[in-house]
Amino acid sequence: MEKLLLLGAEAIAQGAIDGGVSGVYAYPGTPSTEITEYVQDSEQAQQKNIHSQWSANEKTAMEAALGMSYSGKRAMVCMKHVGLNVAADAFMNSAITGINGGLLITVADDPSMHSSQNEQDSRYYGKFAQIPILEPTNQQEAYDMAYFGFRLSEELEVPVMLRITTRLSHSRSGILRKEEVPQNELTLPKDLKQFILLPSIAKKRYKKLVEARPKFEESSANSEYNRFIDGPNKKLGIIACGITYNYLMENFPDGCEYPVMKIGQYPMPRNRIAEFEEKVEELLVLEEGYPMIEELLAGYFRKGKTVHGRLDGTLPRIGELNPDLVGKALGFEVPEQEDVPDIVVPRPPSLCVGCGHRDAYSALNVALEDYGDGHVFADIGCYTLGALPPYESINSCVDMGASITMAKGAADAGLHPAVAVIGDSTFTHSGMTGLLDAVSENTPITVIISDNLTTAMTGGQHSAAENRLESICEGIGVDPDHIRVVVPHRKNHDEMVKMMKEEFEYKGVSVIIPRRECIQTLARKKRNKVAGKRV
Amino acid sequence: MKKDIIISGVGGQGILSISAIIGMAALESGLNLKQSEVHGMSQRGGDVQANLRISSDTIYSDLISHKRADLILSVEPMEALRYIPFLSPDGWIVTNITPYKNIPDYPDEEALFAELKKHKNLVLVDADKIAKECGTARAGNIVMLGAAAPFLDIPYEMLEFGIKKIFGRKGEDIVNINLKAFKAGVDVSEKVIAAQR
Repeated sequence: MEKLLLLGAEAIAQGAIDGGVSGVYAYPGTPSTEITEYVQDSEQAQQKNIHSQWSANEKTAMEAALGMSYSGKRAMVCMKHVGLNVAADAFMNSAITGINGGLLITVADDPSMHSSQNEQDSRYYGKFAQIPILEPTNQQEAYDMAYFGFRLSEELEVPVMLRITTRLSHSRSGILRKEEVPQNELTLPKDLKQFILLPSIAKKRYKKLVEARPKFEESSANSEYNRFIDGPNKKLGIIACGITYNYLMENFPDGCEYPVMKIGQYPMPRNRIAEFEEKVEELLVLEEGYPMIEELLAGYFRKGKTVHGRLDGTLPRIGELNPDLVGKALGFEVPEQEDVPDIVVPRPPSLCVGCGHRDAYSALNVALEDYGDGHVFADIGCYTLGALPPYESINSCVDMGASITMAKGAADAGLHPAVAVIGDSTFTHSGMTGLLDAVSENTPITVIISDNLTTAMTGGQHSAAENRLESICEGIGVDPDHIRVVVPHRKNHDEMVKMMKEEFEYKGVSVIIPRRECIQTLARKKRNKVAGKRV
Repeated sequence: MKKDIIISGVGGQGILSISAIIGMAALESGLNLKQSEVHGMSQRGGDVQANLRISSDTIYSDLISHKRADLILSVEPMEALRYIPFLSPDGWIVTNITPYKNIPDYPDEEALFAELKKHKNLVLVDADKIAKECGTARAGNIVMLGAAAPFLDIPYEMLEFGIKKIFGRKGEDIVNINLKAFKAGVDVSEKVIAAQR
């Protein structure tokens, strides 16, 4: 088969396509976005009629994928780590309903928070839901795991999590493909009550899940992704999870002197880990994310063999690992790190020159001058960059949709004005229900939906809000006189300031929609037009 | 053969296209490669870099270790300096000389170039000017690719093949301009290398 040069994210997409997936469901989120984009751009996927349109959020994506699985077909849902918080209700219960067609839940974690609010470790979610987890070491394994993941899910009759991290997702390497597997036929579950989680059925299903645990461990014990590699020096045994195996081997170009247990499938194979522990004097656990395995092996009172890792300070407690950190943990002399020359100054990301969010913030800052600081609750997207100079306009950024509901709570507490700033795509992701809360109580808040007609921060994906914002707000119950649209442009600055001041003084829910297309997507459309590509 | 390369610049400057051409050429040459990129928030005008590793042997880490990079290829002069901790003692810096000033406290240019010149293995490229001379200011990144080429251990034809493949759909004129830009970049570095011998 041909060799392709693919990002880890793309390798997963190609693996899923070749592995017989019928539908990919997702909401964009770094570092997971490229999985779905790859499927959308794949001619092979189009020929196979594989679903790949964006969902409104991760929860709707997760549920749609579960519905496809119910129907007997293979489905994959993709999200960034914090997206799994949004999808968590459906995710946790999908472990109990089980699956019909294979179901793969691909979650991309972002240790070191390159583009995220936290660095939560999705393996805890897998453990929480009590389902198997696959964690690739490299791009080829990412492909293979996506390819085989559906079969594993069908064999074990539960959803399977595929966990990657930023570094793997956004790194390219050569991939060898496998034979294409045909898609499943539409087949209803044998038991049509399987997916009804009424307590009487849920209890039986949950018991089945818990009782399947030994089967999951057996699968892990026999998994080619959990590999023992012996080494002559038994002073230390190294457990290397996922991508950390690379950082280990980078330090041993001629083979590792210590015995290594490479982990790529969870739950951890208890028997094999016990055998491994017997052979060595001490353990070192390398894992990207939280010290989950280290904590498990060390135990609360650390009474067994010495276990090194992130908890005992051998490795940093936070942030992603790299070859240098692992080398240091192994006792290698890592060259003294040279400093970045003093002349180099930070270059933080910023709103693009010409971006409409800039004009919205310029107006907002002026409109709020008389009220003082501390009135603006923002959200997740490009406009979060309004936190940085020169604007410094916002006071919060917590999770998707939190701007509106936090503004509501602050207004309830007496803050006036209470202003929310949210993007169009974030609004349809998780802002609408919060707006309904405010409307239900006629809470005096002003919601600025800064509409650039795209999901911009992740690279300009389709926004479900397109052409719908006014009608959605009206449908939720905002008074049409207080839904106001303006083009955010320097020439409209005074108009925007006036509009904002008026709505701040309105004693109810008002929505201001500054609307101008993202200059990045606009430029891309122009480029594509020149190149004669579809827009 | 083993080359560790850091490609740096500012989000939006198109460093990923340089990385993609080298990657394509490496793969065509039967070499292994890993190419780690920055996506997401930093692409909005922040500092960005790609770690490109090419080897005839297995490559494990996606990331380059400190003091191991053979080459820093930068499309912006201050961004070249940001990755100095990764440069090996015999490594080369190949950088465009045009500053990208999207921050209020951009350093004094004279001091910046004095800092760069502390490194003897340095190629300064006026990529924007050379690109214009070749026919389009937009070929600056391909000039930089050319300037990096003598340090890559990948046959020039393979890199030219990558250029043809990437620009092919834009027509023969564009391909030729970019091949010219590539060659002009090669010439800059070859002169510097010859002068050091």
